[in-house]
Amino acid sequence: MEHDTLLSARGLTLHFGATPALVDVDADLWPGEVLAVVGESGSGKSTLLNVLSGRLAPDAGVAWYRDPAGALHDIHAMPAPALRTLHRSDWGFVHQNPRENLRMAVTAGGNVGERLMARGSRHYGDIRAAAISWLEQVEIDADRVDDLPRTFSGGMLQRLQIARTLVTHPRLVFMDEPTGGLDVSVQARLLDLIRGLVRRLGIAAVLVTHDLAVARLLAHRIMVMQRGRVVESGLTDRVLDDPRHAYTQLLVSSVLGA
Amino acid sequence: MNVASGYNFAYLDEQTKRMIRRAILKAVAIPGHQVPFGSREMPLPYGWGTGGIQVTAAVLGRDDVLKVIDQGADDTTNAVSIRRFFARTAGVATTTHTAEATVIQTRHRIPETALRQDQIIVYQVPQPEPLSRLEPSREETRRMHALADYGLMHVKLYEDITRFGHVSISYDYPVMVDGRYLMAPSPIPAFDNPKMDRMAALQLFGAGREKRIYAVPPYTSVRSLDFDDHEFRASRAPHACLLCGATDSYLDEVVIDDQGGRMFVCSDTDHCEGRRDGT
Amino acid sequence: MAYVAVKGGERAIDNAHAWLAEARRGDPAVAEIGVDQIEAQLGRAIDRVMAEGSLHDRGLAALAIKQAQGDLIEAAFLLRAYRTTLPRFAASAPLDTEAMQVRRRISAVFKDLPGGQVLGPTTDYTHRLLDFALAAEGIAPPRAPRADVTDETIPSVNAILAHEGLIERDAGSSGEEPADLTREPLAFPAGRDVRLQALARGDEGFLLALGYSTQRGWGGTHPFVGELRVGEVGVEIVPPELGFAIDIGDVSLTECQMVNQFAGSRSVKPQFTRGYGLVFGHAERKAMSMALVDRAMRAAELGEDATAPAQNIEFVLYHCDNIEATGFVEHLKLPHYVDFQSELETVRRMRADADAAAIREAAE
Repeated sequence: MEHDTLLSARGLTLHFGATPALVDVDADLWPGEVLAVVGESGSGKSTLLNVLSGRLAPDAGVAWYRDPAGALHDIHAMPAPALRTLHRSDWGFVHQNPRENLRMAVTAGGNVGERLMARGSRHYGDIRAAAISWLEQVEIDADRVDDLPRTFSGGMLQRLQIARTLVTHPRLVFMDEPTGGLDVSVQARLLDLIRGLVRRLGIAAVLVTHDLAVARLLAHRIMVMQRGRVVESGLTDRVLDDPRHAYTQLLVSSVLGA
Repeated sequence: MNVASGYNFAYLDEQTKRMIRRAILKAVAIPGHQVPFGSREMPLPYGWGTGGIQVTAAVLGRDDVLKVIDQGADDTTNAVSIRRFFARTAGVATTTHTAEATVIQTRHRIPETALRQDQIIVYQVPQPEPLSRLEPSREETRRMHALADYGLMHVKLYEDITRFGHVSISYDYPVMVDGRYLMAPSPIPAFDNPKMDRMAALQLFGAGREKRIYAVPPYTSVRSLDFDDHEFRASRAPHACLLCGATDSYLDEVVIDDQGGRMFVCSDTDHCEGRRDGT
Repeated sequence: MAYVAVKGGERAIDNAHAWLAEARRGDPAVAEIGVDQIEAQLGRAIDRVMAEGSLHDRGLAALAIKQAQGDLIEAAFLLRAYRTTLPRFAASAPLDTEAMQVRRRISAVFKDLPGGQVLGPTTDYTHRLLDFALAAEGIAPPRAPRADVTDETIPSVNAILAHEGLIERDAGSSGEEPADLTREPLAFPAGRDVRLQALARGDEGFLLALGYSTQRGWGGTHPFVGELRVGEVGVEIVPPELGFAIDIGDVSLTECQMVNQFAGSRSVKPQFTRGYGLVFGHAERKAMSMALVDRAMRAAELGEDATAPAQNIEFVLYHCDNIEATGFVEHLKLPHYVDFQSELETVRRMRADADAAAIREAAE
């Protein structure tokens, strides 16, 4: 690639007691690119997401983020206020369970508007208009703007979480199994939506999933993890069509066999 | 030692007063920031003004003139009780006239008469944490203050406007102090909020049970939270005081019979009497 | 006019206090109760007031109970307010509860153990039948059998378990001055010293309910009473001008060592863990509840899930003090009519808006 990476990590290592969760992991993410981290549960992929987003500190290794002005930041050496600011403006985090991120006692509009208000927006009409526009972009009816999320279906909740996350136009979004726990038909629609939004807005994303079909649909590149190590990485089509590592081959064949 | 009471001047021992004054100085230095302090057990129950009493005790000198109000009035029972407490333990002069007082301890009101630079107003605070109803954990709210992470408070206002067309908070209406700290003004009616902005007097806040002191130094900006297109409005009952005819003061609604009869009178008794005496 | 009644003023307060004094005395035809009688015959009330009032003084506790008409929280409040005015001469050396002059000492984990099971003056095995003989005054109880006082110290059950390494070690003294909640406000994370102090001063009923909740599955810890002992312990101080310890008197204490299961973690082998309770006076219910809640609050430290109320340190510590709680609950009696007035205006406005909207809708 020509230009500089948005996010880079070198030598990330983390143990939970005697269990290695990450072993010497390197990663690079370029602007506008979607990187899928795949593996079975316990492979360390969610831990990697938490370390890259600064929610967990590694035992060893570094991770940098390049801000819009081009300056590099060591994610784990940043002061807490700066990291918090990143998390509510330049970055986004989409959880597998939208209830972890949404305020269930606050209207859909308030949920979408919160990040705008945290960033200093003080015009009610503008905030509401932005909320409505985002609801429409995630295919939620505008007249649901004053409804509480508890009246929403699982798929709608996930789309509301995405609207809440993208409203500040983040450059980088971390996604943890965004389609997990949803019906297959709902999943397909959601994947379509995410793919469209990410392409249109030029968002870079680190996507953790155990589902190779999700990775194939959304990701430009793939990293395969097993027991805390990256065993294979490369362009999505190459890795999935021509897997070289035995573990990747096993993953791919088990999907095909199923 | 005060002969009549057998206690030190203004009840608290000098070491304790010094500790409270240090907390006050810190609070003045960081306007709107809640400073933890070693709140003492007082002979009045928590929630009845123990924080305000400790702050007053720490700033009171022998030449001070003390005024104590509750709900704007000098003759409410709790105001009487606290005024007596200081008359007994400090022997200072007391007054009901706002203009004569050097220290004013208050619960739930700010006097209508504008305060001066040589006065201190001490607020009794039941709950110093403005975010407490939105986030119960103090560990988390402290973090939110440290990072000026106040989006949640605005979400509350957004929700109110969405549901009711206006902000439904009518007292203890949250304010931003000096553009940095979100602060609870104590349960004064929102009507009184504008009086806090650039007030000439030093404003001190004491919360005994929650063990916090905070302050607004003279001439400091105090802004009630709002939206550009839904500006803060101070509201009062749309009547004139039956006793003095004031149309700009905060009013108490007094039930005069069981047929729905009502009358409205100034909540600030000193202000009302002054207007009637023509002073 | 009703207005006058609300703004009571000076005379109303004086009159109320006069009536209170009269009500406290009760029927003048009945002999006045003596502070000495309260101290001698209502010992468990004295114990509770001393514990929650944080002041070990039986005479003052008796006076407070009399003044409070037997309202024990009010009496503890009187003691607290008095205590705060007292000068501090010295901090005692750590108490040695192993050297307790034991009145009662039981263990539920060993049938017999060094020092033996000592039932002492317990109600545990009484039948709760109202004893109408007590209503008749002047009947002296039969003399209880006597035994010789021994000077031998009774080893704690923990010391016995510790020999095999089966129970976590005593943390020992860090050498740091323990925190004092009565001087410094609560801050988080709160160390175990602060937590134990808060619990020792905390409300018996609140801790009882929380301790009970852990037994019913809200943060279970599989507790056993390793040992419960009640008795007198000497208090020593080391005056700087002397440089050696001198005994300044005894305090009555109840101590509970609760033994709890622990599955072990990555770094620690499975072993028993401890919950600790120490309370002024004879207060077994309080000491046991305290030990249960102390252990529950250690959940996070021991790598357990902290989801139940008793495991939430902030929740427990902020709400266990009954002097703070009673003040704030009862302050609702103070006038709030300025706030209520502003709420009235808001509700009226909202109702008017709702009416207007309904009319608009009907018109459409």
